[in-house]
Amino acid sequence: MKDNHIAENEVATKNIKIAARDVQVYYGDTHAIKDVNVEIEDKTVTAFIGPSGCGKSTFLRCINRMNDTIDICRVVGDIRIDGEDIYDRKVDPVQLRAKVGMVFQKPNPFPKSIYDNVAYGPRIHGLARNKADLDDIVERALRRGAIWNEVKDRLDAPGTGLSGGQQQRLCIARAVATEPEVLLMDEPCSALDPIATAQVEELIDELRQNYSVVIVTHSMQQAARVSQKTAFFHLGNLVEFGDTDKIFTTPEDPRTESYITGRIG
Amino acid sequence: MSDASLSSGAAPKPRGKSLLVQDARTRKRNAAEKRFRAYGMTAILIGLFFLVVLAVSIIRSGAPAFTQTVVDVEFTLTEEQYTAAEGELFKTKAYEGLLIEEIRTALDARGIEVAFDADAIQRLLGKPGGTLREHYRANEQDLGSPVAFKLAAASRVDGYLTGRVTRDALQDSRFLQGSDLDLIDALVDAGIITRAFNWNFITGADSGVDNPGGAGIGASVVGSFFMMLVVLALSLPIGVAASIYLEEFAPQNRFTDLIEVNISNLAAVPSIVFGILGLAVFIQFMHLPQSAPLVGGLVLTLMTLPTIIISTRASLKSVPPSIRDAALGVGASKMQAVFHHVLPLAMPGILTGTIIGLAQALGETAPLLLIGMVGFVARGYPDGVLAGFTEPNSAMPAQIYTWAARADASFYEKAWGGIIILLIFLLTMNIIAIILRRRFERRW
Amino acid sequence: MPILWLFLIVSGIAIAGYYLGLARVMQSAGGDRRHMHSLPSYYGGNVAIKAAVPALLLMLVWLLVQPMIVNNSVSALIPDSAIDENSSRGLVLSEVRRAADGLNRAVAQGTMHADLANDPQADPDEVTSRLQDAGAIVTSQITRPILNAAQSYRQQTQRGNLLMSGAVIVLALLGALWGLRGAQADFRARNVVETAVKMLLIGAASIAILTTLGIVLSLVFNTIEFFRLYPASDFFFGTNWAPSFSGRGGSSDLGVLPLLWGTFYISVVALAVAIPIGLFAAVYLSEYASNGVRAVAKPLLEVLAGIPTIVYGLFALLTVGPLLVSVFGRDGLGIMQAGTAVITAGLVMGIMLIPFVSSLSDDIINAVPQAMRDGSYGLGATKSETIRQVVLPAALPGIVGAILLAASRAIGETMIVVLGAGAAARLSLNPFDAMTTVTAKIVSQLTGDADFASPEALVAFALGMTLFVITLALNVFALYIVRKYREQYD
Repeated sequence: MKDNHIAENEVATKNIKIAARDVQVYYGDTHAIKDVNVEIEDKTVTAFIGPSGCGKSTFLRCINRMNDTIDICRVVGDIRIDGEDIYDRKVDPVQLRAKVGMVFQKPNPFPKSIYDNVAYGPRIHGLARNKADLDDIVERALRRGAIWNEVKDRLDAPGTGLSGGQQQRLCIARAVATEPEVLLMDEPCSALDPIATAQVEELIDELRQNYSVVIVTHSMQQAARVSQKTAFFHLGNLVEFGDTDKIFTTPEDPRTESYITGRIG
Repeated sequence: MSDASLSSGAAPKPRGKSLLVQDARTRKRNAAEKRFRAYGMTAILIGLFFLVVLAVSIIRSGAPAFTQTVVDVEFTLTEEQYTAAEGELFKTKAYEGLLIEEIRTALDARGIEVAFDADAIQRLLGKPGGTLREHYRANEQDLGSPVAFKLAAASRVDGYLTGRVTRDALQDSRFLQGSDLDLIDALVDAGIITRAFNWNFITGADSGVDNPGGAGIGASVVGSFFMMLVVLALSLPIGVAASIYLEEFAPQNRFTDLIEVNISNLAAVPSIVFGILGLAVFIQFMHLPQSAPLVGGLVLTLMTLPTIIISTRASLKSVPPSIRDAALGVGASKMQAVFHHVLPLAMPGILTGTIIGLAQALGETAPLLLIGMVGFVARGYPDGVLAGFTEPNSAMPAQIYTWAARADASFYEKAWGGIIILLIFLLTMNIIAIILRRRFERRW
Repeated sequence: MPILWLFLIVSGIAIAGYYLGLARVMQSAGGDRRHMHSLPSYYGGNVAIKAAVPALLLMLVWLLVQPMIVNNSVSALIPDSAIDENSSRGLVLSEVRRAADGLNRAVAQGTMHADLANDPQADPDEVTSRLQDAGAIVTSQITRPILNAAQSYRQQTQRGNLLMSGAVIVLALLGALWGLRGAQADFRARNVVETAVKMLLIGAASIAILTTLGIVLSLVFNTIEFFRLYPASDFFFGTNWAPSFSGRGGSSDLGVLPLLWGTFYISVVALAVAIPIGLFAAVYLSEYASNGVRAVAKPLLEVLAGIPTIVYGLFALLTVGPLLVSVFGRDGLGIMQAGTAVITAGLVMGIMLIPFVSSLSDDIINAVPQAMRDGSYGLGATKSETIRQVVLPAALPGIVGAILLAASRAIGETMIVVLGAGAAARLSLNPFDAMTTVTAKIVSQLTGDADFASPEALVAFALGMTLFVITLALNVFALYIVRKYREQYD
């Protein structure tokens, strides 16, 4: 009861969007995530960093229950979005994912036209009343994805025909088209060249105006550039979580320091 | 949710609705999801349902072929009767008379009275005199001592006892008359008519159109066997040789492409086209004997080669390149690397593929009909191993087809019975293939 | 079996050559195998290959060519007057061959003296009766021209066989000598043997080409022969199929359209059964089913594909047909005359094609990358929305390819339609009517007493050609689509 009270206070003051408590994830017999507690604020970019296999992507996929699609994966603990337990039996993962969008490591446009790629989400969730409305949504999403100028003349061309960076921005546009409140990004730049990466990073910064963005990244420079908060994962544990400046300048935990200085990872 | 309202000032409050409540649209979508899933399930169930119906109708309709109605009489022929009968003009008729007397005595002994004549016995038993005479001419030492004969009854007697022929539907004909049914009932009561396992069906040859009871599948099993020998002897070495060339030696050029395209297309050419090929090339052009298992085997070899080549190449491909490199590294030639290392490792997979190819060939019918291996040529066993390849014979599926195409419904039961035997062979081959795969499967 | 003996003799020479080669090379290396270029067995193999391969090739070619030469020279012996009005040279020639076989048989059995068999003045009646006694199949009285032709055929064949035996054995011995000359320690035997083996491998691989060539040639020649007797336009555009049974005479109508229509209609019914069931089954198995269900249901469904088509034919004729008649027949709805009909054959063929469609589609659906599904789930799509709007469209080209392959199989299927569809060729829209197909008519025109010279028999080759071209086009197209699709995700 008392804990709850404190939590509410924190929400009130810091605008907590996602709150995770004692989250454990098991893959079959493997204990992939151990005791993770984290609070992610609204309208902030939060970066998850850590060496490969540390569990950062796994934890990210817990937030919109993408792990449900893997048979052997089991999640224990409590993750709340706006105070609602997303692992509650009454929650439909489909509704949850409309609220928590996701962008993947490799650009994965559907083998459809650019327009249909973006319109897919609004269509299945019934967000548009008519064709004009849908056109509007698509244009807005493509603008927000900073790709509108490049594709506005060829909306009927297949999405798979774009370059890697364009494809990833298309996927971001596709994700924001459903009007999510949280945007999860799983190493969105790992398959992109430096120029495309810069474009996407710029885009992430703009998206912060409207969304709570959680980004998993391999690159510490990227985390430093785009995020306000950083969480460092190591071997399934959340080692340290705090303001990005602080993590990169005066880390508290020796493991964080080792990683940042390049001694482990 | 009080927290949400508290923070509403600066924060964009939960724009959407609560996650804990399903909105109408989500409910509708979830219902669609359930329906879709149900369609999939239904499709699987329909498929399995067909399988069950097929299995049940095969077993139910085919089982009667393995038993037959027999007239079980113990018969003693004295030396004098034998000499007398052999002296008569119509010899078999004389034996028949003796048999009728025997049956009369047997019925009398059990106190059953029924009127019948020689014609009735012929309608029930065909020509029993001939069978008796043959037996005694071959075994003169049996004269004077009682011999138990199991004489096969006509198929219509079978039909009456299994309910296929009913008293109401029966129309008097030269095959069966109403009065015969009384005789049959009487003989059943007397325990003279019984059912016995029909060995003749398994060992016999095809009978004429008017004698469904005597039809057996044995001769065509032998025909199929010789055909499979040809297929095995040709398709395994040729298939393996072709696969080794394509997988290990073939350079990237137009000739290789041509072979590849040909193989993939031949795999999908309708089987009947191979029959036409066999007819035109092997029989018309090369003058090989018609209806011979040798020709059937050649045609089926050409038909199964693509299948065998495709599966052999897959098993060669599954041997990791490191094995080849290791062999080449110690100075073996490419040919030695392939024949000493790759081929033995791929052998279980190759054999599995070959057995499956053979099973496919064993069940093939259409091409055999075109080269003359129809059921009615399977009149007896070949007189030797070489004759087995060249003498006219049929094969199991062609024999089944011949029976199914005959007008007399009594043959249908034989056709179903033939299918049971065919499927037993196929099942055995597939089980061997599965065991081979399980036993030797290797994960690299 | 002189050919078998010849084969054994050549094999014997090859085996002897193998050991001679071994011994010789051992000697030349001074008994120390380290001085040899290759392993000893390669030297033996070199001799054996040189002895056997050319000799056996010669034998094969001889066996193919000799009958053609003999046939031509015998054919020239038969005057046109000896050919009956309603017969043909081909038929007379086969009669000649039968008579010659009979003579051989009679001489072998000792019922006829060799002199009589060769005597051109022999009395044909006597010969006929002797032959019949020897159990030869002689259809009718042998006439003098036929007897003489048969004698000539027999003599030429015998002479040819003798020549062949001599030539083959001499060649085998020469080959062995050639090989033995190479049995020296410094001879690169392994390279020679490996080249020869490679040639054999290439030969084996070329059989695929030869088969296709054989199919095309046998279809083309006989089809041309058919079109010489029957106008091609009547065949392709004729709407009536009514071959006369006499086997000769111009009264036959041999229009292919009713057969093509029957083929097409039955295939459509079959695909209408197989595609929805097969596709849904594939979707369920690859996207929904738990591992346990998949491990049981998939092999069970595939059993349906392993059952021989004759079983399906019987199932159509004896189970499904009567069942449909009891529902739609005179006692039921009254719209079905007999058990054999388009719907019967189509339904059963559809059952046969279910596993074909489902396992091909299953592979193709599994090839759609998981990232595609994740993208859709990440946007909040349900499983069925993902399947219908992302997975299936992505897999569509592959699935179309699979369906085309299934269609080609339906078109070429024979036993089900022979037994289940009926024999009447008609252009009708009613699926409860009996119809017939190209394949069924190929069977019925080529079985029985086929006189290969009549248009009624030759039409089967034209039908086969039509069938081959249609299925080939479908296959090539389908394989092209499937390959394109695979490349997309590789």
